[in-house]
Amino acid sequence: MLEQLEGSQAVARAVGMCRPEVIAAYPISPQTHIVEALSDMVRTSDIDPCEYMMVESEFAAMSACIGASAAGARAYTATASQGLLFMAEALYNASGLGLPIVMTLANRAIGAPINIWNDHSDSMSQRDSGWIQLFAETNQEAVDLHIQAFRLAEELSLPVMVCMDGFILTHAFEQVDLPSQDQVDDFLPSFKPRQMLDPAEPMTIGAMVGPEAFTEVKYLMHAKQLQALDAIPEIAADFTEGFGRESGGLVRSYRADDAETIVVALGSVLGTIEDVIDELREQGVKIGALAIKCFRPWPIDEVREALVDADRVIVIEKAFAVGAGGIVGQNVRLALSGCEPTVFDIVAGLGGRPITRKSLRSLFDEVFEGNIEPNRLHFLDLKKDVVEREIGRTENGRNPGPHAENILRDIGTVASDSH
Amino acid sequence: MAEQQIKGYQTGTFVVGNRLLDPEQRSTQARTERSNTLTSGHRACQGCGEALGARYTLDAAMRATDGKLVAANATGCLEVFSTPYPESSWQLPWIHSLFGNAPAVAAGVAAALKAKGREDVRVVGQAGDGGTVDIGFACLSGMFERNDDVLFVCYDNEGYMNTGVQRSGATPPAARTANTKPVGPEPGNVFGQGKNVPLIALAHEIPYVATATVAEPRDLEEKVERAMELRGARYIHVFVPCPLGWGSASEDTIRLARLVKETGIFPVFEAEKGEVTSVSKIRRHVPVTEYLKLQRRFAHLFKPELNTGVIERLQAGADRNIERFDLLADDEGAEFPGEATDQAGPPESEPGRPVEPDADSDVSSLLRETHGKPR
Amino acid sequence: MVTASELLSVAAFDEGRHAQAFPTFGSERTGAPVVSFCRIDDKAIRTREPVSHPDAVIVQDPTLLHQVDLFGGLDPDGYILLNSERGFDELGMGEFISAFQPERVRTMPATAIAREHLGRPLPNSVLLGGFAGLCDLISLDAVTQALRDRFPGKLGDSNTAAATAACEHVRESLTGGVHA
Repeated sequence: MLEQLEGSQAVARAVGMCRPEVIAAYPISPQTHIVEALSDMVRTSDIDPCEYMMVESEFAAMSACIGASAAGARAYTATASQGLLFMAEALYNASGLGLPIVMTLANRAIGAPINIWNDHSDSMSQRDSGWIQLFAETNQEAVDLHIQAFRLAEELSLPVMVCMDGFILTHAFEQVDLPSQDQVDDFLPSFKPRQMLDPAEPMTIGAMVGPEAFTEVKYLMHAKQLQALDAIPEIAADFTEGFGRESGGLVRSYRADDAETIVVALGSVLGTIEDVIDELREQGVKIGALAIKCFRPWPIDEVREALVDADRVIVIEKAFAVGAGGIVGQNVRLALSGCEPTVFDIVAGLGGRPITRKSLRSLFDEVFEGNIEPNRLHFLDLKKDVVEREIGRTENGRNPGPHAENILRDIGTVASDSH
Repeated sequence: MAEQQIKGYQTGTFVVGNRLLDPEQRSTQARTERSNTLTSGHRACQGCGEALGARYTLDAAMRATDGKLVAANATGCLEVFSTPYPESSWQLPWIHSLFGNAPAVAAGVAAALKAKGREDVRVVGQAGDGGTVDIGFACLSGMFERNDDVLFVCYDNEGYMNTGVQRSGATPPAARTANTKPVGPEPGNVFGQGKNVPLIALAHEIPYVATATVAEPRDLEEKVERAMELRGARYIHVFVPCPLGWGSASEDTIRLARLVKETGIFPVFEAEKGEVTSVSKIRRHVPVTEYLKLQRRFAHLFKPELNTGVIERLQAGADRNIERFDLLADDEGAEFPGEATDQAGPPESEPGRPVEPDADSDVSSLLRETHGKPR
Repeated sequence: MVTASELLSVAAFDEGRHAQAFPTFGSERTGAPVVSFCRIDDKAIRTREPVSHPDAVIVQDPTLLHQVDLFGGLDPDGYILLNSERGFDELGMGEFISAFQPERVRTMPATAIAREHLGRPLPNSVLLGGFAGLCDLISLDAVTQALRDRFPGKLGDSNTAAATAACEHVRESLTGGVHA
């Protein structure tokens, strides 16, 4: 049923319909509205049977999910930013043990400086943790991806992270077509664990593995992730059949058939990018977009196929590898190795800076005019004068003080301004 | 999974809690039907107190739950020596996740069992002292506060033995470890404020808290049984000597566990809902030096010269425990000829003393029955 | 304020349109200045950027006039609804406001109306009702429907009454030509 509601509420309702048996979560903005709503639903028995665990940290949240999943329960948690880092050790454990936990990641920047706003540095920091990473463009897709995520996780016995942009999606009111419980039940069978802590059949889970077998166990993790490259499109196709709309999959192209320039991005910024593409198309510019729906496993063949005929690829990403460059950009270059397109790495939207149509238009113009160097990291809307003044202060003074505070003083704005 | 049954010699005459007893009075360890939860073939050191503690505890818990038990184990010696891939000594469903999260994993298992309507299956979490008092402490406190239906057991050997004997929050003052060597102006571990997790557990007012040592398996078993009668968060802190880490003789494991109680260094008590309900009285009060001198980790207190200052501080700590927990038996003032260390056999370094246990103690009456008169 | 933009989006949705409401993502505290946005369109809304060129600005707290650039990007044919018992001239905005179309800008005593109907100084519903009276971007029916969905029972009644009174207040001022 079509409803106008907050993204977090929509996701909570969808998760509830997936009948989780254990939810363990620790509050962190901007994930809070999701888990608050789920807590309500458990208290009112709208999700039943289900245990909601008010744990003392994200580390405990993931750990409790590990225990619950190993005991054969469908387990769910949600977090963001620092919370994801705090559970990092347990993330690797969940994937290493092959436990099909589903987690919502309400994407938020990582400090310092502390920042509660959206970017992708949290999910990117855990891109190699062995979790499948799916990215939602809209709240509709966030809802749909959660339903698919439980099935994907349980089919492969792998944990899945559904990434949705913090605040931009989690706190946005927009229309969402929420499925019925029957639809979800038809799509998502009950959880049949591959391994389970059961006194009737005692099993040791999590034994120490030495050099004689570690490579093989890790190889199987990789192989399972690669299986997901087949499973994800199949599940998405099944979803379309059951729910009558397209959601998920590995990648999605937009007006890219004859495109000379293709913009690659993840998450909610694609909407804004598509608006700009439409404007440019009206002016005869051959430009399109490629949405990366699944970042881990990396759909290398699909990405290459989608981009190989373009002249240039502009990767717009909300995170970067400090001291190295773009992250999605590096993956795109890997997919395009030996191929024609020139790749431009643009980092944008860090710590909640809006990615505007205006900025994107001028970025694309700069690229077309040859003013942006390919294969080098470029920061969209960087306040160069501010950076240069601070570099100057650092060079001149012996104790220039912390960068963040200097720059805030320099810019003279407060964090709660609308930028 | 093929279960290994216990062998005849594992319940025979010389098994703890067995001697000359009627079968129904025997300890869990001495029963032919015990589950042998941590079965033979594991790779613990000779005289490992933790292996004993874990087996006593889990066998008792298995008996109390009719075999419906799941264990969540922290990283550490117990995990490493019991599960060298692809072998496992565990004859119960067992999961190891991380070093610092065993209480949370156990709580997650308990939540899953509750959601599935399988509350007949019970959950034990277990860790060494590092996984309990240090890296796992936040998860432990959270599990207590939520009153999750988990029995958490700490096997306390007072250091990071798995990584090569480094200091933990449970390492006693003055003890030598790999990173508190007997060098510099304050040899060995510093005198900190201590971190008494049983008392911290008590402060959470959880349904059950107990301490125990591997020297008194019957006491430990009874505490496990009591814990399994209750629901909610329960905590048992088991003192387990570590010959490797302490520089003690492997045959002294039980003696050290006995002495730590008899000196007052480690109070043995139990508590329900924040109130201490019983303490195990000291049967023969001995000075802390009796305990310290058997361990090379304290050797620097005796050689090259006696460090009376440090020994007095350690003695004062033990005395404070005795006062605080009222550990001395009422007739302790009289010359009490108990032998603190004889259950593992007569000590070689000391002349045997006549055994005349405390007549008020259940354990002592059993001892009197089973041990007879002094050898 | 966040609630108001959410309610506005629900009202537009109830009218069969597409709407997107979102706050300025602050670490919200009661009392902190908050800006929130609402886009309404007849087709699906894809962009996620903040609204930089609004068609209308609703100001709940006039003390912000000197703190934040409230009307940045608003064209001369835009709408302004400002919660104040005073007129624009009294607020020292006379010259600024003269650049706008007179029938598209109003102040209204939303807090007082809220106190009268709700017993509490919560002007959200009042401002939404007033906005429905000021322009045809949203109908009063849709606003009251959204209010009733959000606030069941008596609370819905009183909010609806507050919104309706506000709408009438603004409409009267428009027909009467009074620059309230």
